[in-house]
Amino acid sequence: MSLVPTDPSVNDVELKLLVEAIYHAYHYDFRRYARASLRRRLSAAMLRFDCRTLSQLQGRLLHESDVFAELLDYLTVQVSDMFRDPSYFRALREKVVPLLRTYPSLKIWIAGCSSGEEAYSMAILLREEGLLERSLIYATDINPNALRRAEAGIYDAAKVADFTRNHHLSGGRSSLSDYYSAAYDRVIFDKNLRRNIVFSDHSLATDSVFAEVQLVSCRNVLIYFDRELQSRALDLFHESLCRKGFLGIGLRESLRFSSHADSFVEVAREDRIYQKADAR
Amino acid sequence: MSVRFDRPVEAIVIGASSGGVEALTRVLPALSADTRASVFVVLHLPRERGSLLVDVFAPRCKLPVREVHDKDPIAAGTIYFAPPDYHLLIDEGPQLALSMDEPVEFSRPSVSVLFETAAAVYGDRLLALLLTGAGSDGAAGMQAVQRAGGLTVVQQPESARMPQMPAAALERISVDHVLTLEEIMTMFQALPRAGRA
Repeated sequence: MSLVPTDPSVNDVELKLLVEAIYHAYHYDFRRYARASLRRRLSAAMLRFDCRTLSQLQGRLLHESDVFAELLDYLTVQVSDMFRDPSYFRALREKVVPLLRTYPSLKIWIAGCSSGEEAYSMAILLREEGLLERSLIYATDINPNALRRAEAGIYDAAKVADFTRNHHLSGGRSSLSDYYSAAYDRVIFDKNLRRNIVFSDHSLATDSVFAEVQLVSCRNVLIYFDRELQSRALDLFHESLCRKGFLGIGLRESLRFSSHADSFVEVAREDRIYQKADAR
Repeated sequence: MSVRFDRPVEAIVIGASSGGVEALTRVLPALSADTRASVFVVLHLPRERGSLLVDVFAPRCKLPVREVHDKDPIAAGTIYFAPPDYHLLIDEGPQLALSMDEPVEFSRPSVSVLFETAAAVYGDRLLALLLTGAGSDGAAGMQAVQRAGGLTVVQQPESARMPQMPAAALERISVDHVLTLEEIMTMFQALPRAGRA
């Protein structure tokens, strides 16, 4: 037994204690998040809160209520684009929409929606395909600040050129400018799109299934989870999907290492779109 | 100048930017088929061009070349490229991990993100190599590798297509070896091999 802690192991102990503290005090569960990313994000937070160690940060977040609210942004917030990876949305139009048309009403789950870019992209795609009026999009995230931003639908005007280009490449049939109005350096997306989106708090780590859906889109969220938590999330998606429902994940994510490798069949391999397989 | 290895090299991390394709085309094929180390590469490229990496490098290299997918297991004697627009990290296990966090030093993938996370996992069993490039991505990562006891090597700036990236590392730390591409190729040939002690 050593009485002098070596540096890296101290760090490991502190990290474990910090995520436990967050779990017990605030009921947010980061215990099964991939460690390397979590560490980097916490390092950024330590600079922001002027803490030299994770233990100091832990003390502050337990005793100062506003620290955790801000820390949550460091731990979860993702900046995204509208119609990010246009080929994904093109594949949805070509391979998934024709089947979605056969349902009298549609429910779609955007899991880990962050500030809402993907939810609005999906709403615009459905509007273009004539499906939005019979659709309900559940856009969920664990961060209340992100959900508020998503609900507001206000984005930096400097990003609109990229959004527009992506939308066009995704096979967009209308002009993206039909869906937002510009004011100063911001754009605000059409309230009518939001009528069919429910923004809601939901944790893939601790909550359960809340609806039966025809499509789950969860992209670049699973990369932040360890394999065990990835499996839990995929369990939820599998349970939530109707028979022959669709699942879309990030372009560099994979079902290969999960217990669900055989529960889905590939619909668009390169674009990571899968369909729930019939139970064997 | 020759590099002698007094301890096993379990992993090699390589960072390159402008001029990197050309430099990597020379040094990666110098790794022999019985190299034991796993090799991780961050090459800055425009987002759209990335998926050609395997096509470009696989036919020239003696080691298998892969573009990383999240949570891929790490095999010995394999070259892994960071996919375009994702950070590549080495996680506990060791295991490969990706993130879409903000660019670091205007870069995603970032050389420093790879180097820092690899340093935390591999410690003194790591060799870090910084090649040609503009900007200063990788300097912080080299510092982390050195602190963890790893071996640091930069391409000699005067011989690099773009000298800024290796020069930025040299300004920040006292690098173990400053080598030309030819010398780096010789170093790779001297790496401990499978089946030899």
